Amino acid sequence: MPGEDMEVDESVTSVKLKQAFAGALLGRHAEHGDDTLTVRREAWRDVARFLRDEPDLRYNVLMDLTAVDYLTLGDGGTAARYEVVAHLYSLPHNQRVRLKASVPDDDPHIDSLMPVWEGANWFEREVYDMFGITFDGHPDLRRILLYNGFEGYPLRKDYPQDKEQPLDHNAQDPTFYMNKRDDAGSETRHMFVHMGPSHPAMHGVIHMTLELDGETIVDGDTEIGYLHRAFEKEAESHTYTQVIPYTDRLNYVSPLINNVAFVLAVEKLFDVEAPERCQYIRVLVSELSRITDHLTCIAANAMELGAFTVYFYFIKAREEIWRLVEAICGARLTTTYTRVGGVMADLPADFADRLMEVLALLDEQMHDVERLLQKNRIFHDRMRGTGIIAPHDALALSFTGPVLRSTGVDFDVRKTTPYLVYDRLDFDVPLGETGDNYDRYLVRMEEIRQSVRLVEQCMAQMPDGPVQLDDARMTMPPKAEVYGTIEGLMNHFKLIIEGIKPPAGEAYVSVEGANGELGFYLVSDGTGRPYRCRVRPPCFALMQGLQKMLKGGMVADVVATFGTINMIAGENDR
Amino acid sequence: MGLETIFGSGFITSQLNKIINWGRKNSFFPLPFVTACCGMEFMATWGSHYDVARFGAELPRFSPRQSDLLMVVGTINHKIAPVLKRVYDQMCEPKWVIAFGACASSGGFYRNYATVQGIDRIIPVDVYIAGCPPRPEAVLEGLMLLQKKVEGEDILNRGAPIMVNGQAYSEERLVHVEPPMDRRANHVIASHEGPGVHPWQGFEEAERR
Ligand code: SF4
Repeated sequence: MPGEDMEVDESVTSVKLKQAFAGALLGRHAEHGDDTLTVRREAWRDVARFLRDEPDLRYNVLMDLTAVDYLTLGDGGTAARYEVVAHLYSLPHNQRVRLKASVPDDDPHIDSLMPVWEGANWFEREVYDMFGITFDGHPDLRRILLYNGFEGYPLRKDYPQDKEQPLDHNAQDPTFYMNKRDDAGSETRHMFVHMGPSHPAMHGVIHMTLELDGETIVDGDTEIGYLHRAFEKEAESHTYTQVIPYTDRLNYVSPLINNVAFVLAVEKLFDVEAPERCQYIRVLVSELSRITDHLTCIAANAMELGAFTVYFYFIKAREEIWRLVEAICGARLTTTYTRVGGVMADLPADFADRLMEVLALLDEQMHDVERLLQKNRIFHDRMRGTGIIAPHDALALSFTGPVLRSTGVDFDVRKTTPYLVYDRLDFDVPLGETGDNYDRYLVRMEEIRQSVRLVEQCMAQMPDGPVQLDDARMTMPPKAEVYGTIEGLMNHFKLIIEGIKPPAGEAYVSVEGANGELGFYLVSDGTGRPYRCRVRPPCFALMQGLQKMLKGGMVADVVATFGTINMIAGENDR
Repeated sequence: MGLETIFGSGFITSQLNKIINWGRKNSFFPLPFVTACCGMEFMATWGSHYDVARFGAELPRFSPRQSDLLMVVGTINHKIAPVLKRVYDQMCEPKWVIAFGACASSGGFYRNYATVQGIDRIIPVDVYIAGCPPRPEAVLEGLMLLQKKVEGEDILNRGAPIMVNGQAYSEERLVHVEPPMDRRANHVIASHEGPGVHPWQGFEEAERR
């Protein structure tokens, strides 16, 4: 959101960068408060390293790395067709910067950032997969979401959206598994075990290849992309309002948070803020969604470890919350509740009473589950000391959310850059100590309680008022005006046929999703459809660290660790 | 000679059909091939609230060799399609397939390079459940429809056309399911569908019960 000193021309980052690399900085802007630096392609890695190491900057987290194809925007994409875009975050100084570099069409390559941030790994593979830009120095550049044999790069503007390239369904040899771990050159007594893509404990489809020495995991590889359904490409051919239903299906366990995040990004392009009541409602539904997400995660995790009762208890609690959600927006799961500038409808009349009942039931179930699990020897044995990740590794791998907090790093977007009305609400951010599976479980349980606190405060503080901005650029006129006045009719027609048209520009918004920082990076060309709509999926970063968490552990820990990471395939593969 | 002369021809096979199909339809072992958002409703249906155990299908088997009902829950893209085919091929007869949700049935609202436009491009489907995602009630309805279908099968020749009210049901393995909006809408359905098809919608039977 726009801050006070954002209008000044120079930021600390750009001043420092100019001092160190006089010729490398090509341009800078701070549209919508996002500090943006364009640098020369040749200096990409040096600049990145400088930003990470300079004591006054310390951008130690690579939040997101993606690309944009400017073929049909600007100068027709001749000299600088692609732009590689990185979003950096500095935990010590709590600031963000966007770093960009142009990549020409005839020679699409750029330095890999893996030597600077290990977490660049999968992000760069994705850019390669989708845009065909190669990264020099990347040790393992191959397709990630798509498969061998796929020709072309789908997020390029000249790739037709519906050009399918099916595989041979009867292929007996699954050669499309592109695992780097293959028998060649490894210890002969090591065994390779495949887990997934169809496996009982793989809720969501992934495929792991594990190299085992006895029962110990020596090495492994994760193959994802089995639920890639081209969200980002679909978004480019839909109006902003039509994209909202697609965001439901990103992290489908907490769809309301995605809805909120997406419209916040569009509102940032417009530089508007929703009415106060609407902001409270958005916080309220986000927190309800966070509760359902954590419930589902713990339920599935416990079930996979054999504690089936927990599953039934928590699914029951989730069912009750879903009924509330259904009362709010008419759907249990695919909510599509928010609109640009507001929400679809106000809360129902009897909402407060029903909410209290549900929260009481939730409290009961939480209490029962705590007794079932925290006093359970088996649960402790399976969860304690397994799947450990160190804080510095977690940061280097771009971890966020409960998994990062379980290592003791205090990072929660709701606290560091409060959006909506989080700064008026009182809540704690639970932190773990060891970064093992048990800590992640405890962090999630405590976050449920904190979310309940937030929900209660929202209900107490929520003012009366409209839930939708009165702004003709994004809000439908009332029906009486549509039928009664020519302006109303025109406005309605334009909003329906052409869609909402944010001013041209770019904006990145991040919110605290249930699994970590959920970001939307929008590039608008001033038309009714996003030119580029990029999601920063929290699980994607977590999944690239999975093998690091598993290495050295037992094969039986895979299930527990995978469960606490809470991978949601819809968000991971998009 | 033999029992046929006493009971009339076809008595034994028809009674055998009945008893075996009764067993089959009340003890499905589903293999949930869960990929996407529909899986959340799958979990809800299999939870205690909707209690799928009432239909004898509460025990998911994750090995294709131990299951007879493949539930394809969620979007299937081109990368996972060969895996789905393989899982289906590994299942032993008799086996049935439910396409759970809009994506599995038709690709849903994903019309793009990645998504398979309906699993019936890869494997045969018995029951399609509409919805994005289908509500648990619709899932149960779909399960009951499959039960009805199994009831009418000839165990020796499962590929044979199914006889419905004395007429051959033509589309061999296809039953389209809409979520039951209003059970009393029988006459509406009857006026839209030819005879021999609409009893398969399952409304009549439900009405009688
Ligand atoms: S039908 Fe809807 S809910 Fe089900 S997998 Fe497809 S998009 Fe998700």
